[in-house]
Amino acid sequence: MVASRTSMSSRLALAAALVALVAAAWPAAAQLPTYGLGRAPTAEEIKAWDLTIPPDGQGLPPGRGTAALGKPVYVQRCAICHGETGTDPKYFVLVGGRGTLNTDKPLKTIGSYWPYATTLWSYVRRTQPFDEPGSLTPDEVYAVTAYLLHLNGIVKEDDVLDATTLPRIQMPNRDGFVPDARPDVGRRPKTPPR
Amino acid sequence: MNRRRFLKRGVAALGATVAAGSAHAQAPAPDDPSKVLGGPKRPYGERSRFERAARGVPQPATKTDEWGPSVTPLGESMGIITPSSLHFEVHRGGVADIDPKKHRLLIHGMVDRPVILTVDDVKRLPSVSRIYFIECAGNTLTEWEGPDAPTVDWTHGLTSCSEWAGVPLALLLREVGVRKGASWIVAEGADATGNERSIPLAKAMTDILVAYGQNGEAIRPENGYPLRLIVPGWEGNVSVKWLRRLTVTDRPYMSRIESVDHTSLMPDGKARRFMFVMEAKSVITFPSGGQRVSGPGFYEITGLAWSGRGRIRRVEVSTDAGKTWRDATLQQPVLPFAHSRFGLPWRWDGREAVLQSRCTDETGYVQPTLRELVKVRGVNSKFHLNAIQSWKVDADGRVKNVHV
Repeated sequence: MVASRTSMSSRLALAAALVALVAAAWPAAAQLPTYGLGRAPTAEEIKAWDLTIPPDGQGLPPGRGTAALGKPVYVQRCAICHGETGTDPKYFVLVGGRGTLNTDKPLKTIGSYWPYATTLWSYVRRTQPFDEPGSLTPDEVYAVTAYLLHLNGIVKEDDVLDATTLPRIQMPNRDGFVPDARPDVGRRPKTPPR
Repeated sequence: MNRRRFLKRGVAALGATVAAGSAHAQAPAPDDPSKVLGGPKRPYGERSRFERAARGVPQPATKTDEWGPSVTPLGESMGIITPSSLHFEVHRGGVADIDPKKHRLLIHGMVDRPVILTVDDVKRLPSVSRIYFIECAGNTLTEWEGPDAPTVDWTHGLTSCSEWAGVPLALLLREVGVRKGASWIVAEGADATGNERSIPLAKAMTDILVAYGQNGEAIRPENGYPLRLIVPGWEGNVSVKWLRRLTVTDRPYMSRIESVDHTSLMPDGKARRFMFVMEAKSVITFPSGGQRVSGPGFYEITGLAWSGRGRIRRVEVSTDAGKTWRDATLQQPVLPFAHSRFGLPWRWDGREAVLQSRCTDETGYVQPTLRELVKVRGVNSKFHLNAIQSWKVDADGRVKNVHV
């Protein structure tokens, strides 16, 4: 600061006041340089919101869980909407359906359809339970994820899921997706435009 | 989720709503309004008490009513703009209740200057306004296997068109400095399910808006107040409502909605994903299912057409189940990524007629028949049904949904 290295003549004090005034109106840290608007986020602010987890697991927090630990969490927090087994068609079905995708009655579940286990973790962490979104701890989310994968025959009851093992899970339908192929239907007009 | 069952229940609910509305009968209007002093001024206007158009709100199929759609009453639509109060909704965690003074937009990831902006900050930036439709990818999904929904509201009411005001996303991204190698953005809402979508950066740099205005006032809560993305021409779900975070990345994040829900299963068991564009589509809104033409004579057949690839170039109408077609008149303005209104004069002779519309967009793409779609995609792909719709006018003037 200019003022701290210099004797406080009245002229310099005025200059310092002017600098402070301009800085307040036009923060030096403005992140939109053309408009002088916005401030830099703190690491905590980003961490609080950035809970989307890509397939490589980037951003998964510490914590761990197994299917055995996840079962009581599921029964207590999830079963009211998803049923005890995740297979009851009265609810959102979460389990089963392997081998049905190319039939007349495809059953799309976590086991038969979801391509990435990280998606399941991220969705449960951010949005579940339905009426208390985001209320499960990371340990509970790892455990419930493990339980749902176990019900689908993808992990064993005591397999530990954490930030390292979760992204390594090979979901059965991982390669079941293709890019948009449209326009795949549609034709030129039969009659020419008038 | 059995959405078909969901919508069917909703039809009954709509009937109940209409019945309740007419039961509200009030004092009759004066025979000569020029002989009676009128009513007072109002700070926030309301429509005539004689108008009844309302969104169709299904009965909840789950334990809660926070999940699911409401549909725009297209059967009573006029022009191309959907009133904000009638814009369709789809929520998966209810309508977020947001104080704009507390709301923030975070832009971070592969950028030089990550930023937090207030809503007021966004409103200070150079603004634009554009008229764009938003159509849910699931619009018309009831119709894959046969005529199902009784009215155009329930077959096609998951599309609406508004004037949106806001800031080009490209302006914000240029300001924060997108780093080399970035190719996607991830957008997240502040609602209970934090809807999140990965969107190619190229689209973000082209025409996406961060919007705060809808039809001349703040965006309605159910449509994303105070900030939402508007992604012209793409499936509605990517126009993330209650926008609070944009992460610039080099890959899609495979959120649930994009890696699971909004994918289309093909007959071979493979599913298409990232089906962003809403292909050209049109529908006759009058006469349409559930309506009645009151007797032989003149009517204007009218409806809406739109394309996620740009402008509508042409709409043809058939009154004989597709045997012959006539060019409809396109009302101005015909805007890219917006509903366009078409009309065709019609003298009904009192005999059975099957009405259809077929649009062509500026790329030359012609709206297909359902048979053509099913031949390629089967009946389990759920989304993106943009086939020609048929309405049958019976000899008594009643109109119903048919497949021909």
